[in-house]
Amino acid sequence: MPDEKKLFKVTIDNITIEVEPGTSILQAARKIGGDVAPPAMCYYTPLKGSGGKCRTCLVEVAAGSTADPRPMPKLVASCRTNVMDGMIVKNITSEKVIDARNGVVEFLLINHPLDCPICDQAGECHLQDLSYEHGKEGTRYEFKRRTFEKVDLGPFIQLHMTRCILCYRCVYTADQVSKKREHGVLDRGDHSQIATYIKNSLDNDFIGNVIDVCPVGALTDRTFRFKNRVWFLKPMDAHRDCPKCSGKVTLWNRGDEVYRVTARKDQWGEVHDWICNECRFEKKETKDWVIEGPTKINRHSVISQGHYVGTVKPREVLTEVMNGQAPRLLMDIHTVSEVNQPQIELSELPGPATGDVFENKNPKEK
Amino acid sequence: MGKKLLIDRVGIEGIRYFDTYRKHGGYASVEKAFKMAPADIVEEIKKSGLRGRGGAGFPTGMKWSFLAKPEGVPRYLVCNADESEPGTFKDRYLMEFIPHLLIEGLVVSSFALGSNRTFIYIRGEYAWIVDILEQAIEEARQNGFLGNNILNSGFDCEIYVQRGAGAYICGEETALLESLEGKRGNPRIKPPFPAVKGLWDSPTVVNNVETLAAVVPIINMGGDAYSQIGIGKSTGTKLISACGNINRPGVYEIDMTISVEEFVYSDEYCGGIPNGKKLKACIPGGSSVPILPANLLFKTAKGEKRMMTYESLADGGFQTGSMMGSGGFIVLDEDQCVVRHTLTLARFYRHESCGQCSPCREGTGWMEKILNNIEYGRGKMNDIDLLWDIQRRIEGNTICPLGDAAAWPVAAAIRHFRDEFEWHVLNPEESQKRNYGLANYAEPREVVAS
Amino acid sequence: MITFSENKLKEAQRIINRYPQGKQKSALLPLLHLAQDEFGGWLDVPAMDYIASLLNIEPIEVYEVATFYSMYNLKPVGRHVFEVCQTGPCMLRGSDQIIDYIKQRLQINVGETTPDGMFTLKTVECLGACGYAPMMQLGKTFREHLNEEKVDQIIEECRSKAARNN
Ligand SMILES: Cc1cc2nc3c(=O)[nH]c(=O)nc-3n(C[C@H](O)[C@H](O)[C@H](O)COP(=O)(O)O)c2cc1C
Ligand code: SF4
Ligand code: SF4
Ligand code: FES
Ligand code: FES
Repeated sequence: MPDEKKLFKVTIDNITIEVEPGTSILQAARKIGGDVAPPAMCYYTPLKGSGGKCRTCLVEVAAGSTADPRPMPKLVASCRTNVMDGMIVKNITSEKVIDARNGVVEFLLINHPLDCPICDQAGECHLQDLSYEHGKEGTRYEFKRRTFEKVDLGPFIQLHMTRCILCYRCVYTADQVSKKREHGVLDRGDHSQIATYIKNSLDNDFIGNVIDVCPVGALTDRTFRFKNRVWFLKPMDAHRDCPKCSGKVTLWNRGDEVYRVTARKDQWGEVHDWICNECRFEKKETKDWVIEGPTKINRHSVISQGHYVGTVKPREVLTEVMNGQAPRLLMDIHTVSEVNQPQIELSELPGPATGDVFENKNPKEK
Repeated sequence: MGKKLLIDRVGIEGIRYFDTYRKHGGYASVEKAFKMAPADIVEEIKKSGLRGRGGAGFPTGMKWSFLAKPEGVPRYLVCNADESEPGTFKDRYLMEFIPHLLIEGLVVSSFALGSNRTFIYIRGEYAWIVDILEQAIEEARQNGFLGNNILNSGFDCEIYVQRGAGAYICGEETALLESLEGKRGNPRIKPPFPAVKGLWDSPTVVNNVETLAAVVPIINMGGDAYSQIGIGKSTGTKLISACGNINRPGVYEIDMTISVEEFVYSDEYCGGIPNGKKLKACIPGGSSVPILPANLLFKTAKGEKRMMTYESLADGGFQTGSMMGSGGFIVLDEDQCVVRHTLTLARFYRHESCGQCSPCREGTGWMEKILNNIEYGRGKMNDIDLLWDIQRRIEGNTICPLGDAAAWPVAAAIRHFRDEFEWHVLNPEESQKRNYGLANYAEPREVVAS
Repeated sequence: MITFSENKLKEAQRIINRYPQGKQKSALLPLLHLAQDEFGGWLDVPAMDYIASLLNIEPIEVYEVATFYSMYNLKPVGRHVFEVCQTGPCMLRGSDQIIDYIKQRLQINVGETTPDGMFTLKTVECLGACGYAPMMQLGKTFREHLNEEKVDQIIEECRSKAARNN
């Protein structure tokens, strides 16, 4: 008895699990996994204070707890609401949630450029995944979209504010990981923006991590060589002895060439071992690294889909969620992107597309 | 004539200054309260039935009793004088004309809650009122009602005035606390609530100016006596700031026993509509609460007389009722355009959104753009449904109630005045030249639920 | 480097002392008001950096705050700024017409400053004077119950004040 902690029972979409007190609904749902886990565009487990802002993770609490089984009057942000013993939560089994999430996706997209085919983040963009799974076809927004100029924040990082969804993750990262913040959220309301105000360079040691936490293509790696579509690259886990950081990274290779270095992400796209700028931006040769093996990606993003053409139809539950509509952003990449015209049928590949497959097949490269 | 407990003395020459205020019974509640145990003061407030005057109407005594009291951690009282909801200017009146009433209420409340450092957060534009308050604070200190060991009770208290800098959102209590900490006015994600983790992470109570001023008469007359005034759970007196198309705009103290009709037409209050015009609509509780067409203003959908109480104004829910809100009473006469008025409110909320959460940041701007199109003759019929859909998906899905505040006026305008929106769409040119006018809103008609 | 005068510095210190130890950042809004008054009616980067150094915080923390609140001017403004309220209750009492009248009198549009740098016209949202509408904020004061004559008077008053000060 004495040392045994009491666990809380929580039921999400009819599945019951036990979790420790203090667990958020989102974390509990992630334990169950699959479609039960709400999408999270702003919450980021390692970043204190993150979450609550994007509202994509809203869920319905049908019963607050065993002690007080009343439903909560409003949908709640699952990332910032803790479970109670006996709580009953509805995520994809709630029409209210699906409708609200639909709305949130629409709101996030009204000022977001729909230029996925030319965006560097395409293939690993959480907004792309989100709109694919929860959006509706077509936009009802008929006004000019908000745009900003691209700016280089020093030699390593580029900011394309037009794509930002103001999740604040990069702000928390600068505060908590790099320990020195030189950029932030300026202005307010619908013209809020991520910016530095005057100094246009972010260069302290761990600031590169803002690139990995950014859920969209707003913060990107300027040293990413030959800007490649990520699904042509082969991610490999690797490490090096680094005096500053863990040195545990993912290398994005094509053949022997390191195109990009990122921190390792878990299945929810979250980084737990931050890496320093040197590892990220300056070690671009295979010999700098000890390769561990191919990265296992199990996020259901387009990277892990590996093939494109055959996957226009989402899984059944998604069709249901979307009232039978086809996802808008999952387009036949061959018809929309110039970079992607190699004479290879992506859908016929057995696994993820890798650099090997494309060796010398893409006339645009080299 | 109704009872006045707050601004009955404003007519007295020199009431702004300590000596005159004291001569007219000022600071008696401090002398009485400091002989009571703090918990007993909270008990009196509970008995009085006082409800927060900032807009939400939450019972003040209950709020005070939720304040966490961990050992060795300071507690704070913060007075919300941000007053920025369109239509609302009552706190300004109170602070400008009888500042000592607020200071007196703050001393008693600080004692009851154990706050040694109390802040008044006032909107930046009320710059001259800062001087008035600081002078009153200085006078109170000189006379031993502030500072160390007040009235030999061993209780120390300082009051500081902090000026905002132009942001409606800082009226939301957690945004206010952020602002007071020197940050952007982004509302916090709750829980934790301020009663547990507020200013600098300490337990904090945030109350409206009028709420804290009402503590004075409650202590003086006793909670029970206060609760006798008014109807049902609407106890005591309430300041109403009346504006728009009325003969006598201004701030009125009502005891909550009069009808809306009396309030609009009595010469003691609004004094009717100027130039013999008819009343078209009214927003009875500050711009965020639902607008009511005349036929639902004086009578509820059930046909009962609508009273100036929390319950009666809300009777019928959002389908056919509205809210007491902050007491900002906005009257529109027959010449006014509901579309244009709604557009100005949508613009207001877009301008004031902090931008933290996506439905409010993106949705408010979208609604404003569509309303702008409709108002300027570029609207389409399905824009009206789109507006409805947007507000519906903002409401309830945001971090703070500003999202709701932005959604409700649009929803109510469409609910009650849909034909006026349609007329704008169908008559793009004519709608630029004249207003839709009264139509049949003043006549009783069937209410269509949407 | 710019600095506050001795008097202002004392005032700044007095404000900082209101807050508990280690919470000096709370003085940011009041100090920005002080700086704006002291340094010509607007906040340039050196002024904001100076406040950051006084409070021992990062400059970006000051920029974030200064850009959030509408009362801080991040660009120079005219000597007299007419901030006319245009929200619902004021609109009901004719603020649209007042704004048009000022535009025509000063020959500028909303957001512009007259060529002599004397007047800036801004529209603002509800200032808590709805019962005394139409109204505008001029410096630290409110001018209420506006009509065309009152606007004329105010323009005259500003001009003669400027003439006296020159
Ligand atoms: C967007 C928004 C603006 C608000 N503005 C004010 C305000 O200006 N003054 C005020 O007293 N309360 C305002 N409130 C309500 C406060 O959050 C809070 O409920 C109130 O200060 C509590 O005081 P009370 O219980 O005495 O009413 C606002 C709330 C929201 C959501
Ligand atoms: S730049 Fe990226 S990480 Fe930063 S707030 Fe925008 S979307 Fe989030
Ligand atoms: S609802 Fe609006 S004002 Fe409130 S937190 Fe969200 S964006 Fe900010
Ligand atoms: S992930 Fe929960 S609100 Fe963004
Ligand atoms: S609407 Fe103009 S002061 Fe309130």
